[in-house]
Amino acid sequence: MTDSNHIDVVIVGAGHNGLVSAAYLSKSGLKVLLLEASNKVGGAATTSEFSEGFSVSECAHFLYSLHPTIVKDLQLADHGLSYAATDLETIALSSDGKHIRIAGSVIQGEDVTPSDIDNYRQFHAQMKRFAKVLATTFADRPPRLVNNDMKDKMSLLKLGWNARKMGKQEMQELLRIGAINIYDVLNENLDNQLLKGALSLEAVLGSHTGPRSPNTVLGLLYRRVGETFGFNGPAIPTGGMGNVSNAIASSATSLGATIRTGSRVERILIQEQKVAGVELDNGEIINCSRVISNADPKSTFSKLVGYPQLETGFSRRAANIRMKGNTAKLHLALDALPEFAGLNANDIGSRLVIAPDPDYVESAFNHAKYGEFSEHPIMEISIPSVHDTSLAPAGKHVLSAVVQYAPHNLKQGWSEANNEFKALLIDLLESYAPGLKKLIVDSELLSPADFESRFGTTAGHWHHGELALDQFLMLRPFPGMSQYTTPIGGLFLCGAGCHPGGNVMGLVGRNCANTLLEVGATSD
Amino acid sequence: MTDSEIPPLLLQTPFHSRVADACEINLWEDWKGYTTPAAYSNVELEYFAMRNSASIFDITPMTKYRITGTDGHAYLDRLVTRNLKKLDVGRVMYTAWCNDEGKVIDDGTIFHINDDTFILCSQERHLDWLEWSALGFDVKIEDVTEQIAALSFQGPTSCAILKKMDLEGVENLKPFDLHHYPFQQTELMVSRTGFTADLGYELWISPEHAENLWDALMKAGEDYNIKPVGSEALQIARVEAGFIQAGVEFVPAEQEVRVERSRSPYELGLGWLVHLKKSNFNGQQALKEEKLNGSRFRFTRLDVQGNKPAENSFIFNQQKKVVGMVTSAAWVPTAKRNIAFASLEMPWGKPGDELWAEIYYLRELKWARVLEKCTVLEEPIFDPERRHATPALDY
Repeated sequence: MTDSNHIDVVIVGAGHNGLVSAAYLSKSGLKVLLLEASNKVGGAATTSEFSEGFSVSECAHFLYSLHPTIVKDLQLADHGLSYAATDLETIALSSDGKHIRIAGSVIQGEDVTPSDIDNYRQFHAQMKRFAKVLATTFADRPPRLVNNDMKDKMSLLKLGWNARKMGKQEMQELLRIGAINIYDVLNENLDNQLLKGALSLEAVLGSHTGPRSPNTVLGLLYRRVGETFGFNGPAIPTGGMGNVSNAIASSATSLGATIRTGSRVERILIQEQKVAGVELDNGEIINCSRVISNADPKSTFSKLVGYPQLETGFSRRAANIRMKGNTAKLHLALDALPEFAGLNANDIGSRLVIAPDPDYVESAFNHAKYGEFSEHPIMEISIPSVHDTSLAPAGKHVLSAVVQYAPHNLKQGWSEANNEFKALLIDLLESYAPGLKKLIVDSELLSPADFESRFGTTAGHWHHGELALDQFLMLRPFPGMSQYTTPIGGLFLCGAGCHPGGNVMGLVGRNCANTLLEVGATSD
Repeated sequence: MTDSEIPPLLLQTPFHSRVADACEINLWEDWKGYTTPAAYSNVELEYFAMRNSASIFDITPMTKYRITGTDGHAYLDRLVTRNLKKLDVGRVMYTAWCNDEGKVIDDGTIFHINDDTFILCSQERHLDWLEWSALGFDVKIEDVTEQIAALSFQGPTSCAILKKMDLEGVENLKPFDLHHYPFQQTELMVSRTGFTADLGYELWISPEHAENLWDALMKAGEDYNIKPVGSEALQIARVEAGFIQAGVEFVPAEQEVRVERSRSPYELGLGWLVHLKKSNFNGQQALKEEKLNGSRFRFTRLDVQGNKPAENSFIFNQQKKVVGMVTSAAWVPTAKRNIAFASLEMPWGKPGDELWAEIYYLRELKWARVLEKCTVLEEPIFDPERRHATPALDY
């Protein structure tokens, strides 16, 4: 078709993965239209001004696994991606001020013993080796076991070979710990409680698990994959996470993609089990034979497609994806830089963690099982304005904290509990940073209910589905739907609910685009 | 707890008092958790009542689901393989339903009672599957097995007996019609359906009126040789009629443990129930592929030489290789044939194929074996005019 209005692919949702897909498809010469419900691009990878003059990354605030190939392919640096800080240290906060500083494989602290240092160095190296094996398949579609496809067989072989070439003992160890809990593995390897607490937090962040839940070693490895992508610690993008999305959007636009914000797709139109287009909430219909959904799989199939358009077994598996949002976000506008006991001004821009020991983290999770928020929550804190003055008025600062556990299905309901939980969090911060309360100009707590209404993710789950072995690789998002294609001809998924999963990584978007290009050549 | 307080392990149907009285030989079996008679007196006499006069068979244990709600019609259409949109109020449709892999979960009948109400009647229980299928539909699904007492009333004189019971116009019911009639102080639902390929009806009533219905039928049928019949007689009639049964001809798909034990509709001779071109339904994609790439098995009705039922027989081809096995077999008296249903590996079972059944039989504690030649049947062997005639013929 030579029609100038002709669109090859409609992408529903301009999350960072949707943007990456759009850029790659445009690069291949397809005419791409991206439709985003909200007024800005990025989905959950956005920066918002939550109080006049104070801006902060709305959801994830550290970047630690954006794939280098994507940065290079899409020339993101030319499109405005820059970092206010990179390779940040982690500081595990201790209430007595005897904090531990973690930089790559090196730990430092008043109570840290030489054996702690040695043990952590070994543990860190092992996790990095395992993460590298895990990352083998990340940049490709997940291999399926049953379809007898050469590419999938090679992909599986590569995974197997990378595991095996670590040596027999190492491979056995990976297989032993791959599905078990981080609590036991930390106890096997390390003694320092504070260090183990910080690592427990890392393993459970963004999920509905405690350190003693199965699969949490996978949670840690998944985060450590970023180290194989060249990150030696988290980075803070200049202008917040929104600027990462803006850079990808700018790249996509320059490659020819059209982005329409404020355009909510109500449903995907289907005729004879094939995509026919999309319908917007204002009734506008856009015809198109290929649609990519950046929405999570559950809302894609239940709302945009509708279960009646699918078969029972498939609908059932989609409806049963485990995704209970459990993570909240606290934003504080501060009159001045707060002082944390035992930290100097240079340290305060690091990644600060409140998770004193693994049992503390597990106890925090206990509440979430019964629809309550944690009495003693865990926190990952960033004060990005230390590195990036554009985020707050001169001399003032913003504090951003990822907080657990805050279950989506809170018994008393989030509209009731929001202020109560926020006050509890501020009290907790105050105990580590005396005087902080007096500095607070404004504050905001985003509960999973807020994430759901703002970003449309079912139950406000950050990763569009738990990252656990039963929802991983060829089982992500669920068995029978793992390679970005769906039973609806021309409908693809590119959100974090697909392989490899969540975090601002961009690989789902890239893998999905590649799949569409491969499949697209033979369909239509 | 005293003995009298312990409820019987098997349930009794609402007809039980009458059934127990009539069951001369006291031969009972467990059918879906209900105690039901295998035979009342003599299997042959019961069979011939079914074919030559009138028979009553208590089908209360059949699983019955009531489906209500504004999406009921669309819901059922997505559930089953046949185009259900054509099913008007007052009609019944026989159909199969499949899982996503296109394997048969069960076959059964759907009754369109009124605009938003349907009853799905089947051999097996599927509440979990029906509930999962309801995702995204505004429907309510209830198991009403215990709330509806039902009799299968089959045979040439069945219509005459119903007329005698003052069911006005019952002779005008076409096959697969259903209608409600006033009966004593209640309502009796009558459908012209059955499991015998003959003139016959199924009668549906609330349980408290069950015994009255039985009595009224027996009284009206006095001069028409009406007989209650057990499962053994029905089994012969079913094989003669050519009807398959879940759990006998195939493993219901969602109960399958070993792979390849379930069957697609095409593999059960039910291809005519699959409307591939209708809108989305369970199994559609898999069945489209099967239609394109071919099936694994063929369901075959065989005419076996001799008079020994080929029960559990292996079927051999000309090269003496096993190509399948028999699922049901019986000597059928009206057609006077020795019939076997067999599931054969493709490509076997085409008309004209030379096939042999290996039949084992016991003679005074001694096993013997014969190989009997089988002919693939193309046409039904029992399909009398009275089965289709409307108004129903009088006998």
